Amino acid sequence: MADVAVVAFAQAPQERHTSGTTNGVEALVPVFEQLYAATGLTNRDIGFWCSGSSDYLSGRAFSFISALDAIGTFPPITESHVEADGAWALYEAWLKIKTGEVDTAIAYGFGKSSAGLLRRTLALQLDPYTVAPLWPDSISIAGLQARLGLDAGLWSERDMADVAVRSRRDAETNPNAQLQGSKDADELLAEPYFADPLRKHDCAPVTDGAAAIVLASAERAAEFTERPALITGIAHRIESSHLGGRDLTSSPSAAAAGAAAGVDGSRFDVAELHAPFTHQELILRSALGLDGDVRINPSGGPLAGNPMFAGGLTRIGEAANRIMSGEAGRALAHATSGPALQHNLVCVMEAAR
Amino acid sequence: MSKQRAAVLGTGQTHHKAKRPDVSMAGLCREAIDRAMLDAQVEWKDIDAVVVGKAPDLFEGVMMPELYLADALGAVGKPLLRVHTAGSVGGATAIVASSLVQSGVHERVLAVAWEKQSESNAMWALSIPVPFNMPVGAGAGGYFAPHVRSYIRRSGAPQHIGSLVAVKDRRNGAKNPYAHLHQPDITLEQVQASQMLWDPIRYDETCPSSDGAAAIVIGSENAAAACANPGWIHATAMRSEPTTFAGRDQVNPQAGRDAAASLWKQAGITDPLRQIDAAEIYVPFSWFEPMWLENLGFAAEGEGWKLTEAGETEIGGKLPVNASGGVLSSNPIGASGMLRFLEAARQVMGRAEEHQVDGARTAMGHAYGGGSQFFSMWVVGAARPE
Amino acid sequence: MVTVPQSASAPLSAPIELSFDYTRSLGPTLSAFMTGLAERRILGARASDGRVFVPPAEFDPVTAQPLSDLVDIADEGSVVSWTWVGETLPGQPFDRPFAWAFIKLDGADTPLLHAVDVPTADAMTTGMRVRARWTDSPAGNINDIACFVPADGAAPATAAPAERVDPVEMITTPVQLSVQHSASMEETHYLQALEQGKLVGQRCPVCEKVYIPPRSACPTDGVPPGEYVELPDRGVVTTFCIVNVPFLGQRIKPPYVAAYVLLDGADIPFLHLILGCEASEVRMGMRVEAAWRPREEWGPTLQNIEYFRPTGEPDADYDSYKEHL
Repeated sequence: MADVAVVAFAQAPQERHTSGTTNGVEALVPVFEQLYAATGLTNRDIGFWCSGSSDYLSGRAFSFISALDAIGTFPPITESHVEADGAWALYEAWLKIKTGEVDTAIAYGFGKSSAGLLRRTLALQLDPYTVAPLWPDSISIAGLQARLGLDAGLWSERDMADVAVRSRRDAETNPNAQLQGSKDADELLAEPYFADPLRKHDCAPVTDGAAAIVLASAERAAEFTERPALITGIAHRIESSHLGGRDLTSSPSAAAAGAAAGVDGSRFDVAELHAPFTHQELILRSALGLDGDVRINPSGGPLAGNPMFAGGLTRIGEAANRIMSGEAGRALAHATSGPALQHNLVCVMEAAR
Repeated sequence: MSKQRAAVLGTGQTHHKAKRPDVSMAGLCREAIDRAMLDAQVEWKDIDAVVVGKAPDLFEGVMMPELYLADALGAVGKPLLRVHTAGSVGGATAIVASSLVQSGVHERVLAVAWEKQSESNAMWALSIPVPFNMPVGAGAGGYFAPHVRSYIRRSGAPQHIGSLVAVKDRRNGAKNPYAHLHQPDITLEQVQASQMLWDPIRYDETCPSSDGAAAIVIGSENAAAACANPGWIHATAMRSEPTTFAGRDQVNPQAGRDAAASLWKQAGITDPLRQIDAAEIYVPFSWFEPMWLENLGFAAEGEGWKLTEAGETEIGGKLPVNASGGVLSSNPIGASGMLRFLEAARQVMGRAEEHQVDGARTAMGHAYGGGSQFFSMWVVGAARPE
Repeated sequence: MVTVPQSASAPLSAPIELSFDYTRSLGPTLSAFMTGLAERRILGARASDGRVFVPPAEFDPVTAQPLSDLVDIADEGSVVSWTWVGETLPGQPFDRPFAWAFIKLDGADTPLLHAVDVPTADAMTTGMRVRARWTDSPAGNINDIACFVPADGAAPATAAPAERVDPVEMITTPVQLSVQHSASMEETHYLQALEQGKLVGQRCPVCEKVYIPPRSACPTDGVPPGEYVELPDRGVVTTFCIVNVPFLGQRIKPPYVAAYVLLDGADIPFLHLILGCEASEVRMGMRVEAAWRPREEWGPTLQNIEYFRPTGEPDADYDSYKEHL
């Protein structure tokens, strides 16, 4: 039985370079305004707030504190923060509603990836003793993973290019997407490697952005939107930190999270997958049993724009939007964190009957 | 939906020290975790989820270190969440872990909070100059000292109150084998003679910088049935407010007062001073004891220092505060909040050993963070809540 | 008097340099590994499923138990995957293109991640044999292996093992990052006004409080600020402390007075330095005025005011500033 529903989603336009600060306030104020307009709620009506962001993106300890200015936090609010993608902030907010302590919540995420050299900063997520001191960047880690699958015949460079083409063409109808439109796969495959075996089109762009979602208890959800997206399951799992010890060509944690969230072979209309690399979408589709019937990333997905710490939350929002618009009856959303899909969250939503 | 009952099944912590050169970051966490699981009589297979809390990643120079710690935390194949709410994080972590049980999502959750400050230097990490601002910032002490001055002015408290707290907490810490600082013979004169670091805060009135970890196993009512004396969670509360805003009360923040009011209401407590048997309150600089006594409602505004002066916050007084030695005796920042929550639980579970408050049945744990703007607190009791 | 600041096309920004040499103590398993490296030996750890992990895992991924069954591993093995680095980044093993590879060393069951020194990507193939090139003076960290190089199939010329060393219990890991910090547009206008010797705050349209420095959104109401308000460069010390303690990265030599200064007409104080009197003479309520640096030194920063000094006026009444404590 579903307790909690998504009733609104808003995002900042996904851009390569915003001129705003790293504390997210400029991006978040208009995002929150959109949520208030959509639901009729004000900041004072929200029972619980939770944010996802990283100090390392802003270069300042406690950087998430400044973002609170976007909310208006006096009188004091009940609020928390995770040092992870906003999808995990949504998980904590979902939990809060489930305890019955509150019946509305806003989860938000933000990141100004352009402030630093993102792929180098992410090397700091690796084992601090035996790997990070070599500074392997996040694109290289993904490249190592991609080649494992290519060598094993699990996917081809063309399969990867097809993901890029489809994603960036679908993004043409997404007004918030950073990259819209694509050349044909043949043309893409003729381009030089960026990080052999990855080409530029295989990698999500560097994106500044922010996103936020309003959650409400199932009882109250209809007050805020005509067709709430009921969360029928949400779960996450993490894998070992030892890259060499994992099977990087599959995603047992995505599969396990999916199973716990209710992915059981029944049909999805839409799946929004947080795959910042083309081959990772292929891994996730396999892990979640998503076949040709499902529309994958109709928003364009992360390959069209990947705001760090808001990207996973955006997948949940985009999937929820399809339900709230009436287009979809059942949707899956996925978020990832850590090197090479180490940590995965799956959220299953359905239209209310 | 209504909240299900949850209880502390067991707790563990490290020997907190300025430097723990004998362990890696993972080893530090495991020392606390292994003790907690033993105390709770659970095995890895019994743990459904792990919640980790830690303060800024800059302290250790690892981005999202829970990713690297997944194996050490026994979290492979399980859900893992990382909370970061500045200094209050240890408390917030325990509260998130409680929510996982109270919502019915999990049966047993492991909450861990840690900091290995010796990887870098806390004052450096807390004082990195931000462009376009005056670089007058001098760490946490430099931040709080002006507000301590304001409290002294407002309340008219005599100058030695801060030193009384320092003596009490350090002598209490000497009874606690896990505490970083053991100063059983420290005297008021000694504290008052110690160097002024950020006037009006003296060296001996200041928390140390510690490597340390804390862990709590929280279980459902079902899980608690197997536990001889669980620490039942009676109430939890979290509140936040902005670091600065026009007219903000930095000394007696509204967020703390609101959180406490909510906490007492949930726990059915109408007279905290009388009904709480032991309090573990986040006091990193000695003057925060009287300040928080007022903020939490144990004393009227301006009167908190009188409780301290009268010795009521000693073990044996009306309201023993920080029988464990508190933050003044051990301060691994990410863990300090959880240590407060954990020590409150140990009191009502009868497991506080040499710093046990006799007959303690209801205790509170409190943590705060940022510019006195994030508050997390809980009430735990020996009795199962109604 | 209201001053409308110059408009800026882009906000001001400046880098924050984060740099620290982190000192990491190792614990028993990693200490053994790093000590081995100092001796030009590679150790792996046998896990619960029988696999030998290289580098050794401190804790078993399945059982979570600490691993202490350490075995010697060859410093030669096969590439199981690789990727090419065309644009190198600071801190990486080379500043010219090279390959990263997963290398399964003989005796190991899990591959190690390291660099391979070859001139072009064409020289890399999955399955190729590679051998460690050790540095001349191994110190006990992963960089003791400078990189791997193709092993040409001839009998491996193993580097002479270094002498037994004292156990390595610590590594030092420099982490240096640069992050571009941007001021908000509101802060930019305020900084540009400072460059002209003016202090300009902004008023929140909802609560009507004047904030200096102005914020992108009012912290209590969550809305962007409105009206610009020019403020005099004098006001009151609400509260303060005297910083005696030196610390790493400090910019002002102690002892110094860090005080909250509430400018006349502002609704929130800001932190600044007090000079022009003994630290012991500073009081809550003391009236102060700005001591500006010479005009030719001005930039877009509050540091144009070198410090605040007492004006000599009678102290402000406690009631007049007690709401700002």
